[in-house]
Amino acid sequence: MDLLRQSWQYILDNPDRFADAVSVHLRLSAFSLAAAIVIFFPLGVLAARSPKTAPTILGVVAAARVVPSLAVLFLLLPWLGLGVRPAFVALTLLAGPPIVINTDAGLRGVDPAALESGRGLGMTPAQLFWRVQVPLALPIIVAGVRSAAVEVIGSATLAAFIGAGGLGQFITSGLTLLDNRLLLVGAAPVALLALLVEGSLNVVERRVTPPGLALSRGA
Amino acid sequence: MNLDYLFRHPERVLDLTGEHLILSALAMFFAVLLAIPLGAAAARWRRLTLPILGLLGAIYTVPSLAFLAFMIPTLGIGRTPALIALAAYAQIFLVRNLVAGLRGVDAATLEAARGQGMTGWQVFRDVRWPLALPVAIAGVRTAFVSTIGLASVAAWINAGGLGTLLFEGITRDDPSRILTGAVAITALALLADALLRLAERNTAIARARRAA
Repeated sequence: MDLLRQSWQYILDNPDRFADAVSVHLRLSAFSLAAAIVIFFPLGVLAARSPKTAPTILGVVAAARVVPSLAVLFLLLPWLGLGVRPAFVALTLLAGPPIVINTDAGLRGVDPAALESGRGLGMTPAQLFWRVQVPLALPIIVAGVRSAAVEVIGSATLAAFIGAGGLGQFITSGLTLLDNRLLLVGAAPVALLALLVEGSLNVVERRVTPPGLALSRGA
Repeated sequence: MNLDYLFRHPERVLDLTGEHLILSALAMFFAVLLAIPLGAAAARWRRLTLPILGLLGAIYTVPSLAFLAFMIPTLGIGRTPALIALAAYAQIFLVRNLVAGLRGVDAATLEAARGQGMTGWQVFRDVRWPLALPVAIAGVRTAFVSTIGLASVAAWINAGGLGTLLFEGITRDDPSRILTGAVAITALALLADALLRLAERNTAIARARRAA
């Protein structure tokens, strides 16, 4: 408890440094996640729609998932050097697999009867996709984004090792300088942040679940 | 970027691979010991299911570096805190699958077993457990692959293993070490995945299902 108070005092004494680290951490995570959604959602759609490319896409994604986050962050060193840029690229790649896998699974899992009814109503393929398939698949897609977000926040902490700053910076300095206060100045906020994001995306997931779907799942 | 380091120091890479495997396997061993009672309790008492799975999910959500950092003030650095962290992270995969496996057994099957005069323990040992085993092993597989990856971070607190090569590569600006470490960890994870897939397919129930 005493240590926690000391860490809090450190934050009060160095408000700019702390705010800067939080801001870097948040921006790095948010931009990476946004980039990953833009790139990997279409890939998931492609996998769900084309039986020919699906095994390749899902196979590559499954294999990529096995490479540890720390290795992905470090492997870009020869090309992108150290700093925020390689961290952004690595985090975007790390966020990919859950988005692709869940988008594919969500879209594939849509009841064919729902699609049939849509077609029967005279919907165009685009309407069918955006008004029937995506809404029905959305809870599972959001669950994928949730896993991706948690992965990104955690790996953004590791990005301190490649000089990207963020809250991980306090943790790594804490060990190097043998300063337990610093360890907690980094660890406590980043743990809270991860739990907060996970919790709020859980709520989003429940909110976007269509009422009919929630009923049939609850039963 | 190349694998020079692997060819110049194969014996060191092998040593670190051994360390990595032992650390991960030991963590899995303790993790399974803890997960069996947790999973059994969560499957048996519905009121415990959500709190247990929620707590384990929350633990998994905490970034690995933060988790290790939390332990340093009390447990210091080295193998012990690394083992604790790895075993804690594995719980969600192990317990979730154990619960799914134990709960997933068809009620009619259990009824039939009871109808044959089996005792509660016999029903568990001879019916429920064998039927749940493939799902439980699938949990061990996911957990083990994840543990092997996470164990690379443990090198930061001097727990050894292949993560050592990753950190050396960064501090000495030696990409060859990074690639060697990354390839070795990935290979180890793929190997563990393949072996446990084999175990999954060789459970009594999986063989019986294929024969049927």
